[in-house]
Amino acid sequence: MSITVFERARIVDPSRGLDEVGTVIVDGGTVVAAGASALNQGTPDGAVVIDCTGKTIIPGLIDARVFIGEPGGEHRETIASASAAAAAGGVTSLVMMPDTDPVIDNVALVEFVLRTARDTAQVNIFPAAAITKGLDGHEMTEFGLLREAGAVAFTDGRHTIGSAMVMRRALTYARDFGAVIMHETQDADLASSGVMNEGLYASWLGLSGIPREAELIPLQRDIALARLTRGNYHAAKISTAMSAAAVAKAKADGVKVTAGVSVNSLALNEHDVGEYRTFFRLAPPLRAEEDRLAMVDALRDGTIDIVVSSHDPQDVDTKRLPFSDAAAGAVGLETLLGVVLRHHHNDEVPLLRLIDAVSSAPARLFGLPGGTLKPRAAADLAVVDLDEPWVVREQDLRSRSKNSCFEGARLQGRVLQTLVGGRTVFQA
Amino acid sequence: MTEAQSLPLYPHRHLLGIRGLSPVDIELLLDRADAAVSISRQSEKKVSTLRGRTQINLFYESSTRTQSSFELAGKRLGADVMNMSVASSSVKKGETLIDTAMTLNAMRPDILIIRHQSAGAAALLAQKVGCSVVNAGDGAHEHPTQALLDALTIRRAKGRIGGLTVAICGDILHSRVARSNILLLNALGARVRVVAPSTLLPSGIADMSVEVCPTMAEGLKGADVVMMLRLQRERMAGAFVPSVREYFHYFGLDAKKLQVAKEDALVMHPGPMNRGVEIASEIADGPQSVIQEQVEMGVAVRMAVMEALLDPRRNQDQTA
Repeated sequence: MSITVFERARIVDPSRGLDEVGTVIVDGGTVVAAGASALNQGTPDGAVVIDCTGKTIIPGLIDARVFIGEPGGEHRETIASASAAAAAGGVTSLVMMPDTDPVIDNVALVEFVLRTARDTAQVNIFPAAAITKGLDGHEMTEFGLLREAGAVAFTDGRHTIGSAMVMRRALTYARDFGAVIMHETQDADLASSGVMNEGLYASWLGLSGIPREAELIPLQRDIALARLTRGNYHAAKISTAMSAAAVAKAKADGVKVTAGVSVNSLALNEHDVGEYRTFFRLAPPLRAEEDRLAMVDALRDGTIDIVVSSHDPQDVDTKRLPFSDAAAGAVGLETLLGVVLRHHHNDEVPLLRLIDAVSSAPARLFGLPGGTLKPRAAADLAVVDLDEPWVVREQDLRSRSKNSCFEGARLQGRVLQTLVGGRTVFQA
Repeated sequence: MTEAQSLPLYPHRHLLGIRGLSPVDIELLLDRADAAVSISRQSEKKVSTLRGRTQINLFYESSTRTQSSFELAGKRLGADVMNMSVASSSVKKGETLIDTAMTLNAMRPDILIIRHQSAGAAALLAQKVGCSVVNAGDGAHEHPTQALLDALTIRRAKGRIGGLTVAICGDILHSRVARSNILLLNALGARVRVVAPSTLLPSGIADMSVEVCPTMAEGLKGADVVMMLRLQRERMAGAFVPSVREYFHYFGLDAKKLQVAKEDALVMHPGPMNRGVEIASEIADGPQSVIQEQVEMGVAVRMAVMEALLDPRRNQDQTA
């Protein structure tokens, strides 16, 4: 295969703490060298040389929380359409949630996803399998066999496991296979019929609120169980200052806990719901501005390890309804980088930390290839213009569903080219 | 109604809530309603203001008084009124609110009256249809015509609203009536108190421009108006309050509790009442009760609202 040389690019590679102007050499499917001294041996013969002056090359994004409708909800999203959306967003790998119909809770489904991905997807699709059969919170799935088949983590997706005993056993058993338990916490009783953040704003709208404690109580239970079992626990999507404090304390105590945040919880707050805008009905709900600021702080100081899009395609049949009746979730693969970069442009979070949180850190957490530009790594990378402004438009979204929280938003930072295994899968 | 036609033009196309209305808007509707009261008191109870106009009542929650009040109001103004009975319609077959609304919209009504169990349903409808929309209650959000009829009842009895002390008592948490009344009474300069067990108060109530009173004695002290709210049966036994008996003991309105209010305090209830739960029969039927007047004012307010929204001076060029 041919050799491509990306010259004079700013290279940001968090896996090596590297941020410098230099050259990236890609030979076939792998990175030969990336950095200021990559051309020490001279430009290879016959190489295609691309001038990247003013552009930045980063490891391809790894989105660790993506809901896809295939199988069972192909009208919302297929593996192919999610993959096209990912490529346009600079996302070269994604972890697919098991909330499909049927649920990804057995080896056959994992194999189906991997086979479909091989045949139709342009980016790497890594399935996460269910913790419990049918996501019903009772019986454990076959962690060992699922892991051998290719499941990279275990999660009950949108569901929270109510039983402390089931969670204890899952954490203990997963430890034997080195698997991570990824859990979204919301106490079903306390959240009850709630549809947005509890508080004055919800009260005026006449909408039932979800208190912050609904997230915190099961999270604290899980942290205590992770301490007890020494299992690997990942809090999938925290949204409140209290949750960030609980994670920070657990980390300080040496518990094997990591945390993720949805890009929506970093960028938006409860006031974005406005007059019952259902695209902003999310799980966890958008919280108060002080919670959003706490998420930014926690991302900067590393309490929060990763940022996910929590891409969740919903069709008009589930969104064009009164707010309480609408489904939660928003698409986000194509806007993840642009929205995350706001914190770079606002000088809130250093660029290396931001790119780490969307590429190198998820690779580390879930043992995935990618997230690095070191020699011999797969050539999964994105060429971006960090400063180019653009407006998110519904008709430009490649996802089959258009429920974006950022429609009409002005973002700064755009993906120009995406490579997966050295192959260009997106070119602006 | 010559008096009404000399009134200023009402600036809004829909009535989705009290929020967003200026004190001038509210006074305008109350003035129009005052004029409409006389129509219902004549033996010939029909005018032709809305002759040729079509009104559709789309009620997703069962309602006796509000639906019949809107129906009578429309008929007395000469409109053709259609009641969409949701129980026997395509809604039962799974049609969404928007699809039902679009279907009705295609029949070119001039005004849609909607009641729905979900907050925001009226606003959603208003975005999708070409006619005026009146919110007749959406979830726990707003019930603007109820607040207007309460205000009209108070204004006619007391001559004013500004400066009065109004105690709203009961299930504030689930009540759209309470929210609309808090907004309206504050807009017109009344002092609003809320009285309820803490389990029936919404989060953030202290920031809703009201004084929160934990007991009826505090809440009713010196009050000019006592507004009781209905407590739904499913919320009585254990979920929000332990029992009907305990609720009535602390928060039910009886003669003893009413004593601390002003001697001429008005007693109001949006209905339907649970006698012996939130209000004692002797009070509901007593001399201070204006509960029947509220019902009468309801028709007048709804006539006023529909006239104002469909004012021919504004709607002439609105053919869409």
